[in-house]
Amino acid sequence: MSRYRIPGMGRVDPAAPVSFTFDGRSYQGLRGDTVASALLANGVHLMGRSFKYHRPRGVVTAGSEEPNALIGTSRGPGRFEPNTRATVQELRAGLTTESQNKWPSLKFDIGAVNDRAYMLFSAGFYYKTFMWPRSFWDKVYEPFIRAAAGLGKSPAEVDPDSYAHRNLHTDVLVVGGGAAGISAALTAAKSGARVVLVDENPEMGGSLLSDPSVRIDGRGSWAWLAEQLSQLRAAGVRLMTRTTAIGYYHQNFVGLVERVTDHLDQPPHGAPRERMWHVRAEQVVLAQGALEKPLVFDGNDRPGVMLAGAAQTYLNRYGVKVGDNAAVVTSHDSAWYAAFDLVDAGARVAAIADTRDSVRPDLVEAARKRGILVLTGHTATATEGRLRVKSVRVNPVRNGQVGAGRKIPCDALLICGGWTPSLHLFSHTKGSLTWDADSRTFLPDHKTEACQIAGAGRGLWGYGFVLEDGVKAGIAAAQALGRSADASDARVEGDRPGTGISQKELPTDRSPGKAKAFVDYQNDVTAKDIRLAVREGMRSIEHVKRYTTNGMATDQGKMSNINGLMIAADALGKEPPQVGLTTFRPPYTPTSFGAFAGYHKGATFEITRKTPIDPWAEAQGAVFEPVSLWRRAWYFPKAGEDMHAAVARECRATRASVGMFDASTLGKIEVAGPDAVEFMNRMYTNPWTKLQPGRCRYGLLLGEDGFIRDDGVIGRMSPDLFHVTTTTGGAARVLNMMEDYLQTEWPDLDVWLTSTTEQWATVAVNGPNARKVLEKLVEGLDLSDTNFPHMSVAECTVAGLPARLFRISFTGELGFEVNVPARHGLQLWKAIHEAGQQYDICPYGTETMHVLRAEKGYIIVGQDTDGTVTPQDAGLDWAIGKAKKDFVGKRSLSRPDIVAPNRKQLVGLLTEDGRKLEEGAQIVLDPSQSLPMTMAGHVTSSYDSVALGRPIAMAVVTGGLSRMGETVHIPMPDGTIRATITSTNFYDPAGERLKA
Amino acid sequence: MLLIHCPYCDATLPEAEFAYAGEAHISRPADPSALSDEEWRDYLFIRTNARGPHFERWRHIHGCGRFFNAVRDTVSDRFLMTYKAGEARPDLTVKEAAE
Ligand SMILES: [Zn+2]
Repeated sequence: MSRYRIPGMGRVDPAAPVSFTFDGRSYQGLRGDTVASALLANGVHLMGRSFKYHRPRGVVTAGSEEPNALIGTSRGPGRFEPNTRATVQELRAGLTTESQNKWPSLKFDIGAVNDRAYMLFSAGFYYKTFMWPRSFWDKVYEPFIRAAAGLGKSPAEVDPDSYAHRNLHTDVLVVGGGAAGISAALTAAKSGARVVLVDENPEMGGSLLSDPSVRIDGRGSWAWLAEQLSQLRAAGVRLMTRTTAIGYYHQNFVGLVERVTDHLDQPPHGAPRERMWHVRAEQVVLAQGALEKPLVFDGNDRPGVMLAGAAQTYLNRYGVKVGDNAAVVTSHDSAWYAAFDLVDAGARVAAIADTRDSVRPDLVEAARKRGILVLTGHTATATEGRLRVKSVRVNPVRNGQVGAGRKIPCDALLICGGWTPSLHLFSHTKGSLTWDADSRTFLPDHKTEACQIAGAGRGLWGYGFVLEDGVKAGIAAAQALGRSADASDARVEGDRPGTGISQKELPTDRSPGKAKAFVDYQNDVTAKDIRLAVREGMRSIEHVKRYTTNGMATDQGKMSNINGLMIAADALGKEPPQVGLTTFRPPYTPTSFGAFAGYHKGATFEITRKTPIDPWAEAQGAVFEPVSLWRRAWYFPKAGEDMHAAVARECRATRASVGMFDASTLGKIEVAGPDAVEFMNRMYTNPWTKLQPGRCRYGLLLGEDGFIRDDGVIGRMSPDLFHVTTTTGGAARVLNMMEDYLQTEWPDLDVWLTSTTEQWATVAVNGPNARKVLEKLVEGLDLSDTNFPHMSVAECTVAGLPARLFRISFTGELGFEVNVPARHGLQLWKAIHEAGQQYDICPYGTETMHVLRAEKGYIIVGQDTDGTVTPQDAGLDWAIGKAKKDFVGKRSLSRPDIVAPNRKQLVGLLTEDGRKLEEGAQIVLDPSQSLPMTMAGHVTSSYDSVALGRPIAMAVVTGGLSRMGETVHIPMPDGTIRATITSTNFYDPAGERLKA
Repeated sequence: MLLIHCPYCDATLPEAEFAYAGEAHISRPADPSALSDEEWRDYLFIRTNARGPHFERWRHIHGCGRFFNAVRDTVSDRFLMTYKAGEARPDLTVKEAAE
C-alpha cells in the first residue's frame, strides 16, 4: 500500500493494483485512481511547471477544471496527447505519462529563471517588451518565447485512432450526475419522459462521492446513490458517464464528447477513442454544480497548496490523504468539513484560518474538539517551500489592519475562496446572469432556451436544498413536456450546509507589489498584473482579460474569472456587475480535434466524384487533378514522359489528327416546358427565340450585377426542351439560380428544371479526323458539314447507344461531343477509342483541354474571370442579345461603373523573350515607377503552345482592349518581363478549322 | 445547428438541409430599364441589415427544393416564423399580440 493511501477508504479497488510511469519512473496506483490521485498516494505533489515563470506546480483540483497538473500521456506511436489533465485521466495498465514545460527535469528547470525576470513578464508583456528593436523579434524574442512558453508538445504523428459521431434525440437531457441531476432525472423519468443523464466523471454521484458521511433517507450517501442509479436504470434512463457536455447551442442542441477507450487497458479492436454525440432535447436540465475558487495570496501556488474540496475528494473518493499535517485557509464553511474528514481519517490539521470574523459556532466547536487551532478574522500572507509547501504565514486582521504574522508548518495547505456556480453551458445560450450581492457571485437569471437549472449550479448549498431543487427541476421539465410528475422529498441527516464570501486578493502586511499572488495558475497571472492592467487604462473586463491573459488558458478561467473580476472591480472602484464577466464559450473543457473531425478524415474527408470513364483512365496510368469535387484525368503520360512532354504530345495529336476527352463532368440541366424559351431568354444574355431545334449556341449567364457567372453550350432539342451545359464547378450554383428566378420571380412560367449532370456521360472528339472516327459509329444521322454543320445537335445512335450528339468545339478543331446515358459511358469511350485507332486517336486530359482552348481564346469562367468581369470586359459583347428588352444582369451593363473607361479587360499576352509567364503574375504599365507600383492587371492563363511554338498567355489589363500592340511589364523576382498585348485568339483566327 | 420549419414540407428539420438566400420581399423590378442608376443600385446592393426581426429567404435545398420566407431575429438567431414564397410580409405586431 502506498505511503499516503488509507486502507478502507475511497472507491478504488485495493485488490487491483495498476502500474504506470511518470517522467520515466514507475509507480503503482489502484483501479479507480486518476493519475493525480495515484501520484498523491505516492506522495508526489510536483506535477508540472507553470507556463510563463516555470514555477513548480502541484495538483490544485480533483476535476476537469485543473489548471496545473497537465501531463503528456501516451499509448504508443501516434497516441501521444499533450495537456491531459492528470485529475481526469484514469489509470490504466502501462500508461506512460510525463510532465510538461520543464528542461532538463521537473525538479531542476532552467526556464525557472523567468521567475526571477518577473518584471519582464508582467501584464501586457507581449505588447510592451518585444516591440523594439524589430530585428530582435526574429532572432531573440520569438525563439526564446517559443522555447520557454507554450503548453506541452504538439504530437507530430498521424493519429491512428478513430472517432465516432452519433445523433441522439430525447425528451430530457440532464447535464451533471450529482444529487440535483439524479433527482431531476428520476423525477422526469417517472413522468414517462425519455431521459438522458450525462456526467463527465467515470461514475455518477458528483459531490456525493466525496461526502460518504452524509445520510439520505436513512442510508449512507453511497448506498442511497447506488439505489438511485438502479432506479434510474429501471426507469429506462440512459446513463452516460465519461461524457462531457462541451457546448449548448440553439434550440436545445447539446454537444457531448464521450471518452470511450482512454481508461481501458486494452481498447477493443475497432472501438472509437471518443464519440461525439449531437443531442437534440426537448428540455435540458443543467445540474453542473459549482466550482471551488482559490484564495489569492503570496505563494498560493506552491506544490501542496490545493483546494480544500479537492483534498476532501482525494480522501473520500480515492482513499488518499494529501499530507500528514495540513493547514486550512478559507472564506467558506465547506473547507471546515474537509478538515474534519482529514482528522477523522487520521491526518493532522494544524489550523483553520478563516478570513471571516465570525464563523458558525458548531463548526468552531467541531474543530476544537478535533484539536484544530481555529483562527478567525485571519489572512494568509506567505508560504514557504520550494518543491513542496513547508509552512503558511497567517496574520490577524482587525479593523482593516494586518497584524503580526505567525508561521504554521504544514505539508499540505488547503484553501477555499468560496464556490462559483458552473455557468458555462448556460452562458453558451446567452442566458443572462444576475449578481447576488450576498454570496458575491453570479447566478443564472433569464433563460433563452427550454432549460431548467438545479442545485449548486444556481447557488444552492447543502444536500437537503439541492435534492429538493432537483425534484423541482424534474417536475418543471416534465410539465413543459405536457406530463405530470410527482414531488418527492428526501430526508437528509448530517447535511453539510454552508455559506461563505468571495473576495479580492487577501490583505497583507508586506508590499503587495512583491507578492506573487496567483489568480490564473495556468497563464501565470497575478493579482498585481490585474491591478497594473487597470492602472494602464484597461476599463472593461474584456480588455483586462486580453491584456493580462487572465482566463485565456485551456481551463478558460474556471477558477480565475471571478477572482480576477473581484480584483479588477476593486481597482476600478466599481461593483463587479458594473465591470462585467467575460463570456464563456464552447467547448466546456479542451476537446480533441479527432472528436470534432469524426469520420471526416482520410478517404472519407470529402467525397470524390468519378466519371464512368475514370476506371479506364486509371488503368492507363492517367495523372488526376481535383476539379471541384470531381477527380479528372489531367494528362496521360506514356513511359518516360513528364507532364510537359505528355501535354505537348496530346496537343499535337489532337490538332494533327484526332483526340478524345472525357467531358462527363460538365454540368447539365434540362430546361423543359411550354415557356422554356421565354425562361432561357430571361436567364441568359443570348437570344433564344430564333434558335431552331437541332441547333445550339454558346450561352452566357450573368448575375443581376452584370458580372459573368457561368457559360456553356446550349442545345435546343425541341421547341420546348433545352439541353443546357454549365461549367464543371458551376452546375449546382446555376441550377439554384435558375430555380430561384423560376420559383420566386416568374412563378407564372410553365418550366421544369432538372439536373442531368450525372445522367449523361460525355465524350468530346476533336481534330481534323473526328468525323471519320465517329462516322463509323453513328447511325441515323448524316454527319456531313452540309447536313450537320458546326453548332448542330441531334439525337441518334452512337456505337449502338442512344445518344445526344453535339457538333461543337472547345479546341478550335472540328469537334463533336457525344452524350450517352451514364451507365454506357465506358462502353462508348472504348468504342470511340477502338474506332479511332486507325487515326492514332489520342486520349487527352484537362491540361491539354486548357491549352487548346487558350490557343483559341476561349475563356474559363473562374479562371479568366473573377466575379468582376462583364461580357464587354471579356470581349463577349457578341453573345448579348441587343434586341432583348431584359435579361438577368442587362440593366447593370449600363451602370456608370460598368461603362467607365479603363476597366480591366481580357487580352492576350506574348512575351518578347519567349518566357512563359506565371499565372497570377501582376502587370504594370511603367516598370520604372517608384514603389509601390500601380498594378494594371494580372495574368489569368499561361501555357506553352505547341501549335504556336511559343508560350501564350491571357490577362486582364486596364483598358486592355484599346492597347493592342502596346508593351506591358511583368516584374518578377529575377527581372522584369516585357510582353505585347494581342488578341486572345492566337490560333486559326478566322476559324477555318471548325468548318472542316 | 438551427431547426427550420419548411412551410412546404410542413416539417421542422435541421439547418443542414437548408440554404440561406438573402433578404426577402425584394422583388425584381418588372422593367429594370425604367429604373434610374440610383434605383437600380438600391435594388442590387442596399439591404436593411436588421438588428432584430429580419425577413429573409431560405431554400430547402436538400429537401423539397422550394424557396420560402422566414422571419429570424438576428440578435437571438431565433426563427419567429416561416411562410411560403409569394405570401405577404407578415405583420409582426399582430403576431405578437396573438401570442
Ligand atoms: Zn421542404
